[in-house]
Amino acid sequence: MKDTIETLTTTAKYLELFRTNREQIGDGDPDFVKDLREQGIRSFEKTGFPARKAELYKHTHLEPVFDGEFSFDFSPRKIAFDDNDLFLCDVPMLDAHVLTVLNGVFHHPGKSALHELDNGIIVGGLREAIRRYPDLVSAHLGKIAPLDKEAFVSLNTAFAQDGIFLYVPEGVQMDKPVQIIHLLLSDKNQMVHHRNLFVLEKNTTAQVIICDHTLSPHMFLTNSVSEVSVGEHADLDLLRLQNEHNNSCQVTNTWIRQERASHCQHGNITLHGSMVRNNLHVKMEGEGASSRELGLFLIDKLQHVDSYTVIEHASPNCTSDQHYKGVLDDASTGAFHGRIHVHPNAQKTEAFQANNNILLTDTARMNTKPQLEIYADDVKCSHGATVGQLDEDALFYLQSRGISRDESRLMLMDAFAQDVLSKIKQPSLRDRITDLVGKRLRGELSRCNNCAMHCDEE
Amino acid sequence: MLDIKDLRVKIEDKEILKGINLSVRAGEVHAIMGPNGSGKSTLASALAGRNYFDITHGKILYEGKDLTELTPEDRARAGIFLGFQYPVEIPGVSMVNFLRAAINSKREYRGEKPLPAGDFLKLMREKKKVVEINSDLTNRSVNEGFSGGEKKKNEIFQMALLEPKLAILDETDSGLDIDALRIVANGVNKLRSPENATIVITHYQRLLDYIVPDFVHVLYKGRIVKSGDKKLAKELEEHGYDWIKQEVDLKA
Repeated sequence: MKDTIETLTTTAKYLELFRTNREQIGDGDPDFVKDLREQGIRSFEKTGFPARKAELYKHTHLEPVFDGEFSFDFSPRKIAFDDNDLFLCDVPMLDAHVLTVLNGVFHHPGKSALHELDNGIIVGGLREAIRRYPDLVSAHLGKIAPLDKEAFVSLNTAFAQDGIFLYVPEGVQMDKPVQIIHLLLSDKNQMVHHRNLFVLEKNTTAQVIICDHTLSPHMFLTNSVSEVSVGEHADLDLLRLQNEHNNSCQVTNTWIRQERASHCQHGNITLHGSMVRNNLHVKMEGEGASSRELGLFLIDKLQHVDSYTVIEHASPNCTSDQHYKGVLDDASTGAFHGRIHVHPNAQKTEAFQANNNILLTDTARMNTKPQLEIYADDVKCSHGATVGQLDEDALFYLQSRGISRDESRLMLMDAFAQDVLSKIKQPSLRDRITDLVGKRLRGELSRCNNCAMHCDEE
Repeated sequence: MLDIKDLRVKIEDKEILKGINLSVRAGEVHAIMGPNGSGKSTLASALAGRNYFDITHGKILYEGKDLTELTPEDRARAGIFLGFQYPVEIPGVSMVNFLRAAINSKREYRGEKPLPAGDFLKLMREKKKVVEINSDLTNRSVNEGFSGGEKKKNEIFQMALLEPKLAILDETDSGLDIDALRIVANGVNKLRSPENATIVITHYQRLLDYIVPDFVHVLYKGRIVKSGDKKLAKELEEHGYDWIKQEVDLKA
């Protein structure tokens, strides 16, 4: 038996995993979700995992990771998790709707799996939303992130158990942010596929913060998909803070669709995590939409962070402004591949992209690839990428005033990060993240320093 | 206070300083003048610890200690201050954080506690008056977007805050209009005391009308070829450097 398994390719192993557990995976799903799963697995069968030479994954080869030994829950599993072991996220919002997702499943002990707030906002578990609001969910689920373009989205569609659903009805301005805390906690190496769906109707505003954490030292592999629909004149501020331990691998796929005159700011801050691949796809479908994409990673040791972004201008008069930055220490490695795609009809597009990186050692490596594909003729686009060291003149200036070289380096790195951090809109969140980044740069941030569980074995 | 003995400095294969000898005592102001490319800024860098060159020979003794053994930050903490010819713009590093870090580094070196925030702000207000800085620095990054005059005032402002024993002012007059020059020079004069010393590096005699030196040295081709009192500066103003160049080149 074992021999036959070992001869299977990784792709075949996942196909096999799905087929032998199909009933259990889709248990309780309505037909449209069952259909999505089948479509997902069929697409995955066609594409398989990205090959080693695949252009879009050439700096991050994920197949061997997925080939590792991970347990996977085909339905929500009870985990000994004492809520008294209170988890305090590093980004405690003063006042937010806090939603915890434990190993890919909405964790709501003693509370309802889905909340309907007074003003019509629906927020809670996606699984429950599928059951109670099938029409609302089916209008978007699997429609924003195409099932047949990205192997990890296909795979997630086949396997995902749960995640967070947020619905903001027309004209509603959310008074508090939604904070989603993705927790990983297991007694063995664990794989998790979770799925989020955020739908903002016309004339709405919302702020969503996603924090990714690990609570036990086991190896984790997460494949996350978030589908986001931003309606006409809606404004979404979405920030993700990745702070899993350095024995975990994370693939995130965020697909954002924007309608006319909408605005979306997406931020992605990566502090810890062994291997992180973030795929971001923003499609501005409606005229006059605007978006801003922020990225910052601070990595060391053998960490690896790879950002692949596609900003699609599919209508006229849209603007995008992207700024990704990275600081790499020790033997860490990073990659950035940023595509800006301007459709033939998307006249008066304004698209800006910058990617700046600092290598602190000779052994750190960064690959950056800006890519413009412009099919309209009346556009303003620019991009720039740099990989460099800290400015020696600036360092000497600081040192000449008595500031130690180490402290001077920290000040310059802080300043480098500030460029991105200063654009976080909400002041208290900006301060908190700035503080975290400062701690990370000083090496003071053990990922779990606010967690009562102290499972960190580093 | 400072004894430079036969200092020779090479950048790659080129010898820039070819045996500098200079003694500076507390309370003195020395002016170092000389044409472009004579090695003035290299001398300033050697004192402050910028290490883009090799010191091949000689010694720099500061209060009896060999300066070349110290990092730039330790030299600063020990009381050496370099006023930059081209102050560096550092976007994202706020003036306030920068100054606080500088002051507290020095205090830590002396075994003192960090300055409380209130006292620090009071000190800033007080020292800003030395060079007539009226603007609020709190929301600005180090030298970013400062005009030429503001940058130089900012250097002297930092000097006022850090109270060095030995200040080296590298072309502090360059790029200043006459009003700014007066303000900067007045600032330097206010900070003069019998306990500290100043080395003023300049092209022009003009600055020395305001900061009156005790000694004037002419640096040419990596050597101090002439020393004198303030009258030497006047002579240079009238006749330029050519007569000195000729004198030196003839001997060679």
